[in-house]
Amino acid sequence: MAEKYDLQEREVWDGNFAASQALRQAQVDVVAAYPITPSTPIVENYGSYVANGYIDGEFVMVESEHGAMSGCVGASAAGGRVATATSSQGFALMTEVLYQASGMRLPIVLTVVNRALASPLNVRGDHSDMYLGRDSGWIQLDCFNAQEAYDMTLCAFKIGENHDVRLPVMVHQDGFITSHTAQNVYPLRDEVAYGFVGEFKPVDDMLDFSRPVTYGAQTEEDWHFEHKARQHKALMDSRSIIDDVLAQFKEISGREYKRVESYMMEDAEVAIVALGTTVETCIVAARELRKEEGIKAGVVAPRCFRPFPFDKIRDALGNVKAIACLDRSSPGGAMGALFNEVSAAIYTTDARPLVTNFVYGLGGRDFSIAEAKRIFKEQKAHADAGKITTDIQQFSGLRGPHLGFFQTKRS
Amino acid sequence: MVEIRWHSRAGQGAVTGAKSLGDVVSTTGKEVQAFALYGSAKRGAALRAYNRIDDEPILNHAKFMNPDFVLVIDPALAFTDNITEHEDSDTKYIITTHLSKEELIAGIPALQGREERVFTVDCVQISLDTIGRSIPNAPMLGAFVKISGMFELDYFLENMKRVLSKFPQKIIDGNMVAVTRAYEEVK
Repeated sequence: MAEKYDLQEREVWDGNFAASQALRQAQVDVVAAYPITPSTPIVENYGSYVANGYIDGEFVMVESEHGAMSGCVGASAAGGRVATATSSQGFALMTEVLYQASGMRLPIVLTVVNRALASPLNVRGDHSDMYLGRDSGWIQLDCFNAQEAYDMTLCAFKIGENHDVRLPVMVHQDGFITSHTAQNVYPLRDEVAYGFVGEFKPVDDMLDFSRPVTYGAQTEEDWHFEHKARQHKALMDSRSIIDDVLAQFKEISGREYKRVESYMMEDAEVAIVALGTTVETCIVAARELRKEEGIKAGVVAPRCFRPFPFDKIRDALGNVKAIACLDRSSPGGAMGALFNEVSAAIYTTDARPLVTNFVYGLGGRDFSIAEAKRIFKEQKAHADAGKITTDIQQFSGLRGPHLGFFQTKRS
Repeated sequence: MVEIRWHSRAGQGAVTGAKSLGDVVSTTGKEVQAFALYGSAKRGAALRAYNRIDDEPILNHAKFMNPDFVLVIDPALAFTDNITEHEDSDTKYIITTHLSKEELIAGIPALQGREERVFTVDCVQISLDTIGRSIPNAPMLGAFVKISGMFELDYFLENMKRVLSKFPQKIIDGNMVAVTRAYEEVK
């Protein structure tokens, strides 16, 4: 039986510590990990909880992140509750096995501390690794602060392990800005947290010798398509279960989360859509602009990045005139992913808001309240003019001459 | 919102200092934030740490701030780092130095005209005397308690003890003396 961990009602934790406490409270059976900045403390702390008797689990040291996720696949298929953490290059090296895990329908929880991808080498936070996971078949939850990194990690187990879901879940937090920033965090008591997550109930575990099963079988054109279609359907159908789990979490914590978070959108004329800590910085900017200049600004943020909340994005943005979608990842010769996906969702409604795209914050470049206000004001100018008055894709916070692409063809 | 910027070298304990301050302040029911700008920095490299303190949850995640307090815990950084960056007309400076305030300001043109807002204390000497090593973060907290007037010294010491509870008694006692001495000696 695990030792009792001394918890205060109010702690000052950074995002890494918060995530590792959620792993402790969920009593994760196996963590196979190859630590990497800035996510290192998550698995380091798990190792120390095991060594000090706070978890009845096992820390598996491996030779690479590819090995880490492979170890997680094995342990999960064997029938255990499994988690690990990674960032950036480690995430990239894991990518092959991420697809294996989701294809085998293994409810592994991966806490991702978002960090830029080399080259040039950079340890700071952007969303390149999170975006790299977009098509991997994992559920992706996004956190805007340390409290949420704790809350969403607990929810991740309950979502992924639900027998109607059976999918791996990533919980994303911003490198350094969340992972290394200490803030007030209000943890649940151990028994409340564990009671919420519940006992792990495996499906088709390989260690059930009375009922042998195969994991990682080969299927060619005869069945591969049907498997991938079922996997996609499982992701799409997980939406209602995610809603349920978030509602249950509110009951035990008092903290309300939704697949798409909306702030000040009731009467908003202009909006920013963003991910991560930027969401909260934009909330401050919107509040100040409403007070100082009477601009009806609001913020919309996908809490659940995958499955993409096509439905809820439409509800949230149906009545605004101009929207800026902020992408913290280099789109590599395209419009940003958030811009593309948000635009596609809105295009299926009667509304035709003006949507522009900002690439910002790469490699941890600071994003200030002043810059968020400038972007809001630019949206207000589009709304007043009735058309996009700038380039459709711009770079925010970039040094040197203005960089932008494409102009509107709507008059 | 109170905003604080620490100037330090990696290894002097600014990050720990900022987190400890956050920890203690949170016990008063306030919301806190503590973070640092480091990354690949090695021991001895200049770094900055930051605190925000407010009655409401802190949503601003930008590094940018106009600090209310600038805490310099490395004597040389007062001369070589841009410690007045993004200051406003009320920014207070607490600087660790063995020099007198007049000598210090004479050597740092950026501080001239700010005499009323500059405070000095020798955190390095205090930590050598009380903890036995040059860890100037704890004394700086004592100086901050005095200059900010944010808490009573006794309240701060009580909560600081809790933050340090995992350390040996000798270290805790040394820190208590360090905080108290800096509280009394800052001027």
